[in-house]
Amino acid sequence: MSLRIVVTVKYVPDATGDRHFADDLTVDRDDVDGLLSELDEYAVEQALQIADEADDAEITVLTVGPEDAKDALRKALSMGADKAIHVEDDDLHGTDAIGTSLVLAKAIEKAGYDLVISGMASTDGTGGIVPALVAERLGVPQVTLLSEVSVEDGVVKGRRDGDAASERLEASLPAVVSVTDQSGEARYPSFKGIMAAKKKPVASWDLSDLDIEAEEVGLEGAWTAVDSAAERPARTAGTIVKDEGEGGKQLAGFLASQKFI
Amino acid sequence: MAEVLVYVDHVDGAVRKPTLELLTLARRIGEPVAVALGNGAADTAAALAEHGATRVLTHDAAEYADYLVVPKVDALQAAFEAVSPAAVLVPSSAEGKEIAARLALRIGSGIITDAVDLEAGDSGPVATQSVFAASFTTKTRVSKGTPVITVKPNSAAVEAAPAAGAVEALEVTFGALATGTKVTARTPRESTGRPELTEAAIVVSGGRGVNGTENFAIIEALADSLGAAVGASRAAVDAGWYPHTNQVGQTGKSVSPQLYIANGISGAIQHRAGMQTSKTIVAVNKDAEAPIFDLVDYGVVGDLFDVVPQLTEEINTRKG
Ligand SMILES: Cc1cc2nc3c(=O)[nH]c(=O)nc-3n(C[C@H](O)[C@H](O)[C@@H](O)COP(=O)(O)OP(=O)(O)OC[C@H]3O[C@@H](n4cnc5c(N)ncnc54)[C@H](O)[C@@H]3O)c2cc1C
Ligand SMILES: Cc1cc2nc3c(=O)[nH]c(=O)nc-3n(C[C@H](O)[C@H](O)[C@H](O)COP(=O)(O)OP(=O)(O)OC[C@H]3O[C@@H](n4cnc5c(N)ncnc54)[C@H](O)[C@@H]3O)c2cc1C
Repeated sequence: MSLRIVVTVKYVPDATGDRHFADDLTVDRDDVDGLLSELDEYAVEQALQIADEADDAEITVLTVGPEDAKDALRKALSMGADKAIHVEDDDLHGTDAIGTSLVLAKAIEKAGYDLVISGMASTDGTGGIVPALVAERLGVPQVTLLSEVSVEDGVVKGRRDGDAASERLEASLPAVVSVTDQSGEARYPSFKGIMAAKKKPVASWDLSDLDIEAEEVGLEGAWTAVDSAAERPARTAGTIVKDEGEGGKQLAGFLASQKFI
Repeated sequence: MAEVLVYVDHVDGAVRKPTLELLTLARRIGEPVAVALGNGAADTAAALAEHGATRVLTHDAAEYADYLVVPKVDALQAAFEAVSPAAVLVPSSAEGKEIAARLALRIGSGIITDAVDLEAGDSGPVATQSVFAASFTTKTRVSKGTPVITVKPNSAAVEAAPAAGAVEALEVTFGALATGTKVTARTPRESTGRPELTEAAIVVSGGRGVNGTENFAIIEALADSLGAAVGASRAAVDAGWYPHTNQVGQTGKSVSPQLYIANGISGAIQHRAGMQTSKTIVAVNKDAEAPIFDLVDYGVVGDLFDVVPQLTEEINTRKG
């Protein structure tokens, strides 16, 4: 039986660009180039490795985002995923994490799945809560923040390195997994992969395909409201000295003046 | 006065500092009621009472240690139903955020993650978030249900405020999902004797410039002279020079100490995301053009192998 893997991937503004907010206090997506959230590349990579180990597996990459989010799907397809689903709808603008998890869960159910793999966090919202929310909605185990993951005989196993301890985890499929950037370097798409990706199917779904009402998502449907967003004032220029033999002592003097010593 | 649920992060009854900070913030919006789960839950009461908990709801069961996250969500939900609080506050650890998120969904409430400050507003608590690698500050409210907010360590000064802290047993019924993810083994982290990275008042970090595992002794010696925690950049961690648990940045720990000293770290955006809110920032880097110098209050352009040992020696002399 085929192992159906769905990888959730987010399209985000480039972190090295000048990220900022639009007038409605949602992320301005026009001024900064977008890309596949780098942390989701690790999710795609682990899906590819799990699929390699399985007798028969199919990887679907899923994104919820505007038109340009197709770029994130193309990147994942060129890494080796089999097909893609793009959930796109004007009413999705401004959706919060709770709403995003609703759309993802409905789409995952519609697509059919045994295993969902997500990144540890997006590189823009950085909430790190969507995988847990999706697991709660689907009513399946969450096996999250794994730095090591494997699937065998319908059981997913992994290692979660927490603050107080490192834990070994185990759950039966179906399950939702999220992986960290410690899980293993993500591969670069090969030229062949990039060419092949152009022919892979990308399905487009909107809210009506998922039986979701517009009021449940978007800025209006969000359960949180951003009242203001202010750019942090630039730090005032500090003192910079060149070490000419006394740099350590000078620094000690600064620390003493600030009462750290 | 309205009650505010505070989820307690503790290790075998020893309350971690971020929870005490939460109690301080909780008092701005109501009367804190603490929820402590698992081994040693009741032992947390004294510390919690001293910092303002009017009540401490406790429950212990093997499920908390044997299964991931969900048993704690079931318990927090039971506490929520018993108390009907005005808000729920949870420390912003990886696990704390997951617990908070699932609770929020179950009780039909919005969730704010990684708040760095909290105040009472006309229509419920207003949270401050520091976003886009700390380049923006936002004010956010929960607009539906009971606000569930996770708060980052070092977001408030701990204040003592003695309260009753009456211990009450919480009744918890675990749901079908509670035993979904089994913890089959656990290796506790060995203590280094140094302060916890996210809680430390001073953090001394090393990057690729440290150039080797043994050389980290220079960084550790400086840290010890200041009673500081040791941090590392991802480049240093990926090279295997220091454990991942000490990584500072977007995918490591986010720290906000009084003083952050970056040694041999260039200051990439992902590193800055984890330390840019530090009060005072100091860097030692041999490249005068390194972006970290844009952030510093004091920077030394120089070789860390010269500067850092001299600094450590000078601190030890001044102290002695
Ligand atoms: C600066 C900022 C602050 C925000 N703060 C909050 C807040 O406090 N509360 C709140 O409810 N919302 C908040 N949002 C909105 C929220 O980030 C997004 O609505 C949402 O896409 C999910 O949260 P995340 O990006 O934090 O995802 P995370 O939970 O960090 O993402 C984890 C994983 O989930 C998957 N995933 C997440 N989003 C998508 C997607 N659109 N398509 C496919 N896969 C996805 C990916 O695999 C990703 O790696 C914030 C957004 C921004 C930009
Ligand atoms: C999705 C993603 C997540 C990431 N998460 C993180 C994260 O959480 N934390 C993190 O740190 N990075 C993270 N990174 C990596 C980040 O982009 C940088 O690669 C990394 O921070 C570089 O580490 P560094 O500054 O130690 O090394 P480099 O950038 O190589 O800088 C080394 C510096 O040391 C200086 N130096 C060298 N020798 C000496 C000497 N003898 N004396 C003084 N100075 C010297 C050099 O001048 C240079 O400035 C992430 C990247 C991605 C894509």
